[in-house]
Amino acid sequence: MSSKAHLHLAAGRDGPAFYLSEDHHPENSTLLGFWLYLMSDCLIFAVLFATFGVLGHNYAGGPTGARLFELPMVAVNTAMLLFSSITYGMAMIAAQSGRPKETLVWLAVTGLFGCAFLGLELTEFVHLIGEGHGPQSSAFLSSFFTLVGTHGLHVTCGVIWLVTLMTQVARRGLTETNLRRLMCLSLFWHFLDVIWIGVFSFVYLLGVL
Amino acid sequence: MPNSAELTHFIFGRLTWDALPLHVPILLATFAGVAVGGVALLAVITRYKLWGYLWREWFTSIDHKKIGIMYMVLAIVMLLRGFADALMMRSQQVLSFGSAHGYLPPEHYDQVFTAHGVIMIFFVAMPLITGLMNFVVPMQIGARDVAFPFLNNFSFWMTVGGAVTVMMSLFIGVFARTGWLAYPPLSDIAYSPDVGVDYYIWALQIAGIGTLLSGVNLLATIIKMRAPGMSLMKMPVFTWTALCTNVLIVASFPILTAVLALLSLDRYVGTQFFTNNLGGDPMLYVNLIWMWGHPEVYILILPCFGVFSEVVSTYSGKPLFGYTSMVYATVAITVLSYLVWLHHFFTMGSGADVNSFFGITTMIISIPTGAKIFNWLFTMYRGRVRFELPMLWTLGFMVTFVIGGMTGVLLAVPSADFVLHNSLFLVAHFHNVIIGGVVFGAFAGISYWFPKAFGFKLDPFWGKMSFWFWLTGFYFAFMPLYVLGLMGVTRRLSHFDDPSLRIWFEIAAFGAGLIALGIGSFLVQIAVSIRNREALRDVTGDPWNGRTLEWSTASPPPAYNFAFTPVVHALDAWSDMKTGGYERPVSGFNSIHMPRNTGAGVILAGLSVAAGFGLIWHMWWLVVLGLVAILAVAIGHSFNLDRDFYIPAEAVVRTEGERTELLRKAA
Repeated sequence: MSSKAHLHLAAGRDGPAFYLSEDHHPENSTLLGFWLYLMSDCLIFAVLFATFGVLGHNYAGGPTGARLFELPMVAVNTAMLLFSSITYGMAMIAAQSGRPKETLVWLAVTGLFGCAFLGLELTEFVHLIGEGHGPQSSAFLSSFFTLVGTHGLHVTCGVIWLVTLMTQVARRGLTETNLRRLMCLSLFWHFLDVIWIGVFSFVYLLGVL
Repeated sequence: MPNSAELTHFIFGRLTWDALPLHVPILLATFAGVAVGGVALLAVITRYKLWGYLWREWFTSIDHKKIGIMYMVLAIVMLLRGFADALMMRSQQVLSFGSAHGYLPPEHYDQVFTAHGVIMIFFVAMPLITGLMNFVVPMQIGARDVAFPFLNNFSFWMTVGGAVTVMMSLFIGVFARTGWLAYPPLSDIAYSPDVGVDYYIWALQIAGIGTLLSGVNLLATIIKMRAPGMSLMKMPVFTWTALCTNVLIVASFPILTAVLALLSLDRYVGTQFFTNNLGGDPMLYVNLIWMWGHPEVYILILPCFGVFSEVVSTYSGKPLFGYTSMVYATVAITVLSYLVWLHHFFTMGSGADVNSFFGITTMIISIPTGAKIFNWLFTMYRGRVRFELPMLWTLGFMVTFVIGGMTGVLLAVPSADFVLHNSLFLVAHFHNVIIGGVVFGAFAGISYWFPKAFGFKLDPFWGKMSFWFWLTGFYFAFMPLYVLGLMGVTRRLSHFDDPSLRIWFEIAAFGAGLIALGIGSFLVQIAVSIRNREALRDVTGDPWNGRTLEWSTASPPPAYNFAFTPVVHALDAWSDMKTGGYERPVSGFNSIHMPRNTGAGVILAGLSVAAGFGLIWHMWWLVVLGLVAILAVAIGHSFNLDRDFYIPAEAVVRTEGERTELLRKAA
């Protein structure tokens, strides 16, 4: 801790110092706090994965994953999200080197990839519901829609947050506050990527096997 | 142009005049009482022009001490509501025998026991615990506030929002009739089509956000903001228990959020998670909710263990016996609390192997808990024990909790549990540990830290009255339930046929009456103490000869807690400072960097309640409006960077100078 450096006796007495005579600034805790929040969010997904694990084969006489899922479309979708993670990484590199314009461009590209992902996911949902395979039809479909939909809801929140942050960066530049916020959103965005890898392997790939 | 019926339906959803309890005299009388009391309170606040003061100094405050105190006030107010429910149940069960059916029809009685459980756990016990942690932890670790002061204010108001939502159900519509955990399929839309379960869901979701965020906040605070020199093994035990409790909060409340979200999807969208057809599985709900529910009981009890540790060591004038083992016992309980959830439903039929596993893990928890009891006993051994009020609560706890713990071990035997499952034996057991542990712990904590918060001690006479009424009342109220449980009486019944059972219910009702006197004495104690505050005044800031850092500052502490950040060299830092020749600094003060108050927390929580109300009554425009407004306020708040200020050095000099003067006069 940096404060140790100016730890000295206040009144020139002998014996240990019992207080700092100078101002004490604890480290900023935002990143740790955000990590803790992310882990709690991860637990929500854990519950949804567990629910899918328990109910994922309860087709109630309805269609199975193998019949419903169109892997090529999911593959494109996955690519959109993975690309968005790469472009977010580029935005962070630009931000760390203090180039606000470049940061904004990469953030915009990230947002577009995010929207493309959401668009494809919605198309899939609309298609399934249109065919009569909505979340009400079986416990399998309930847990499928909820798991994938919750992830989609998170991406939506991420996009709204991204737009907000872009406004703030455009207004005030890459201030300490904005850099910290960019870092938090970066964690959030990559976290959603990791969750999606789980969804892709556990729900889609195993589903079509 | 839509006709007026459609328009009314659009605006009010399923809310109609029938939702108001105009035909239920009990509720009308309650409503009249609450309305008169509420109007009187508002009138007094307006008369004395207190609105501005309350808004500036309390509601928008991000000071962890004030937020802690507000949590306690919320808990005590809700305790009165929850206890009124308890009195109604006790009196109904006495009256409703044979041909007599008492005064509560089943559909009302079922709401009463559900509301009692929900309120006591979520809006009494949780705020008591969170309030104590909020008030004490930053000071014990030598910090000036929590890691995220605004979030702290927001968390508090979300908890209030949940409480308000539950209270609304008393007068607008109905509350759940499902029991406090709302098991499906009963809580599914097919069997509970009215708004009761929706009130339950949204009250808990709103309050749950607050609880989760306050857990994240306190964790970050304890990890990042300890005073220089305070390594983990030099942390006060209360802070250790707070750390473990907040780990449990962060690692269990998301499960509750998720499982309630799935239940609401079943109810609102028509999904099949917990239904009986199309592949749904009600037992999945029961498993998931107890994966949150069992850690939850340790969330409540661990900080109370911390309170008892502080109290025993302070009033015995000795360091805590076995500090290290106390820390490890706390951590062990934290981990084990995730491995026992299935003991709540051994009767599910998961088989002998699974039941044995969970029976054994449950029994193992009694080992670290027993170790703690011995630590407290050995701390008292050869100490100069002062029997002040917090110590009385602690002794009452030790006796009562051991009994409750032993009946818990009885219930942990699966074969015995098959007989006792859902009986009054179980009800007696968990009240035994929750009243004996959490309630006694909270009262010990309140009487221990009250002088720190307000600068004067609580009146000991009325405190002792409260303690003895609570203690004897508890035994009268719950020992008969053990007997009834062993005789096979199940819980949640509003009517009995066998007249031989009646005497036990009468004894229990008498006990509830004694507890009512205990609560009354507590309120009198507060009033008497405020009236006699000059006689009870403590100017030293350290009335009990305390051992931890919160006693090193003034009572009530200044907004910045410590003029200079303390440096810690040993466990029981303040005790070490007192024996090590510490002299309070009287000069060299600097300006102090502090966070600024904000009203965003109140506004966001208010909007959440509005959105929740819309969801409950299917007023979709209100839901959309509420959610959009929440988003707008949250984003707007992120544009506000004017969040801190400096308390000028002159103000610090003035505050500290006044204290120097007071200490000089006292000496």
